[in-house]
Amino acid sequence: MKFVDEYRDSEAAARLSRSIRQRTLRPWTLMEVCGGQTHTIVKSGLQDLLPPEISLVHGPGCPVCVTPLELIDKAIGIASFPATIFCSFGDMIRVPGSSKSLLEAKAAGADVRVVYSPLDALRLARLNPAREVVFFAVGFETTAPANAMAVWQAEREGIRNFSILVAHVLVPPAMEAILGSENCRINAFLAAGHVCTVMGYEEYVPISRRWRVPIVVTGFEPLDLLEGIDMAVAQLEDGRSEVENQYSRAVRREGNRHAQQRIAEVFEVSHRKWRGIGEIPSGGLRLRDRFRDFDAEVKFPTEAAPVEEAKECISGLVLQGIRKPRDCPAFGTRCTPETPLGAPMVSSEGACAAYYHYRKA
Amino acid sequence: MTQFKPACPLPAATGETVLLAHGGGGKLTRQLIENLFLPVFGCAALEARHDGARLQVNGARVAFSTDSYVVRPLVFPGGNIGDLAVNGTVNDLAMCGARPLYLSAGFILEEGLPMVTLRTVVASMRQCAERANVDLVTGDTKVVDRGKGDGIFINTAGIGIVETALEIEPASVRPGDSVVVSGSLGAHGVAILSVREGLEFESFIASDTAPLWEPVDALLQAGIELHCLRDLTRGGLSSALNEIAGAAGVGVTIDEASVPVSEPVRGACEILGLDPLYVANEGRFAAFLPAREAERSVERLRQFPICAGAACVGRVEADHAGTVSLNSRIGGRRVLDMLSGEQLPRIC
Repeated sequence: MKFVDEYRDSEAAARLSRSIRQRTLRPWTLMEVCGGQTHTIVKSGLQDLLPPEISLVHGPGCPVCVTPLELIDKAIGIASFPATIFCSFGDMIRVPGSSKSLLEAKAAGADVRVVYSPLDALRLARLNPAREVVFFAVGFETTAPANAMAVWQAEREGIRNFSILVAHVLVPPAMEAILGSENCRINAFLAAGHVCTVMGYEEYVPISRRWRVPIVVTGFEPLDLLEGIDMAVAQLEDGRSEVENQYSRAVRREGNRHAQQRIAEVFEVSHRKWRGIGEIPSGGLRLRDRFRDFDAEVKFPTEAAPVEEAKECISGLVLQGIRKPRDCPAFGTRCTPETPLGAPMVSSEGACAAYYHYRKA
Repeated sequence: MTQFKPACPLPAATGETVLLAHGGGGKLTRQLIENLFLPVFGCAALEARHDGARLQVNGARVAFSTDSYVVRPLVFPGGNIGDLAVNGTVNDLAMCGARPLYLSAGFILEEGLPMVTLRTVVASMRQCAERANVDLVTGDTKVVDRGKGDGIFINTAGIGIVETALEIEPASVRPGDSVVVSGSLGAHGVAILSVREGLEFESFIASDTAPLWEPVDALLQAGIELHCLRDLTRGGLSSALNEIAGAAGVGVTIDEASVPVSEPVRGACEILGLDPLYVANEGRFAAFLPAREAERSVERLRQFPICAGAACVGRVEADHAGTVSLNSRIGGRRVLDMLSGEQLPRIC
């Protein structure tokens, strides 16, 4: 299939694998930021093609995994209101809140629907004027433009029964937070290609300079990742720390200006709590005051009781690349996709789920 | 500098209510069968864990199977619930190596269902029965209040006769066997999803629903030593292979690049974030047979239009018993797990 097979070609993979092996003289730890990349790595068995000196650790780029527990509880609370239709992307609905998941709320009678786009939720609001339609606006910079667009369109059309529950997070502050952690052992980043299609990569230049860390904007196919690793290792062995773009077929330096404008019109940067990591300054987005009427947290004020998080799950360490899923004593025993202790075991971008489903043969 | 306080949630309470995934054909279905049904109903025929029961009745070898059909929408590209109800049970019998003979049909109809829909479904059932050469010999109808059903639910049961002397069952699978898949995968699941979610693709993707006795019979007539057959319905190829690997106590390895998936289905799966190895089929099966007969089987199957995409996808091994592993396109190797929960579209 065109535009897919080219990036999964076994001969090209073997060539890149040889190149990486030839280049690598010292041990290096690379973090791929996005959970989609983690899944490609584990699903395609890409580690088998790398020399033992290269260690890949998995980043926090799993929006579902970093959405705070209180927000999931809030989502379940809103979904349980009788007249609401609660819409979400698919992978959010299995994530456990403090007592249940959205899927279990659905089994208990809540009207929870999986949609492919926030604009589908907006359409549901148009079709059901007597009901409140709420969309769970989860994600990084990648999903922000469409979510901003849905709110912008709702305002323009005067659709009052539509709102979003915002759980938007931003990648660069999280990378800085990880670099600033005393446990950090990351030598280079493979930045999340799809985030950069929207935002470009200028904002990574100061991070790369300040921390002297190579950052390679990388795609999601197996060959993208191999090439990104090859570029990052080349920088490390040369002693360079620059921002490079492996994913040039999709990412431009300046990103998508139209999308950025729409995000800036509807959202503003705010501090955000990341599940398992803690509050990250300027780590997320919230709706601007002008769009308050579309903020589900304003529309459905609920008491957000602080929730105790359990000790056993190490997902916070996994999300920062400090530990691997297999280091967790609960992995695959007390924590499985059917009985998850933490979000990374259920999300389709979660590192624990990737290790569980695609474990080594 | 941010202080990290890694933490994670308390476990969610699970297991006290039925979830959709209990009917999804994956791990939860297996748990339901193993933990609830088998301890209550367990008998030798059930323990064989086949698509149907193979029984001895006065010296005759008979296969008996049942299945219920709940699909939304009732009519989809390439078929309707009636096609599934007949083909599904016919295929369960065929997977036992049995020639399908007689079917029953039980209808649960929802008040308010347009009669024209019912007529369409029944006409399809008749056509499918004729094509599969089975008679629909007994039936039942119930009507439930509006809102208490989903248009039409159908249950069919079927009886077939086992004419081959082969023991076609998981226990016959041997290390060294080849795994042959009867056609390209994933069309049914994608066809259903395309109409259910209102997604439109550039190319038309029709369900692969079809009766499979004819190609199975052709393999038997060609003298191929079939060890086991399994249709690739809910949970797709990966769940079927995992079931067989578990039941037969063997390892199965498949080569990703050799698994047949049509271009439109691959494209749709890429867009939707689905893995065709987990997508449901309604007219495809996997055959476990001696490696020396793999090529001949594939050639014989390809003579049937519904099996045009038949291919040998892997082999049975003595090690890694109970698990399925996959050699990826780029040369990596990993476990191919059973579906856990429903496949869900992802965020980005």
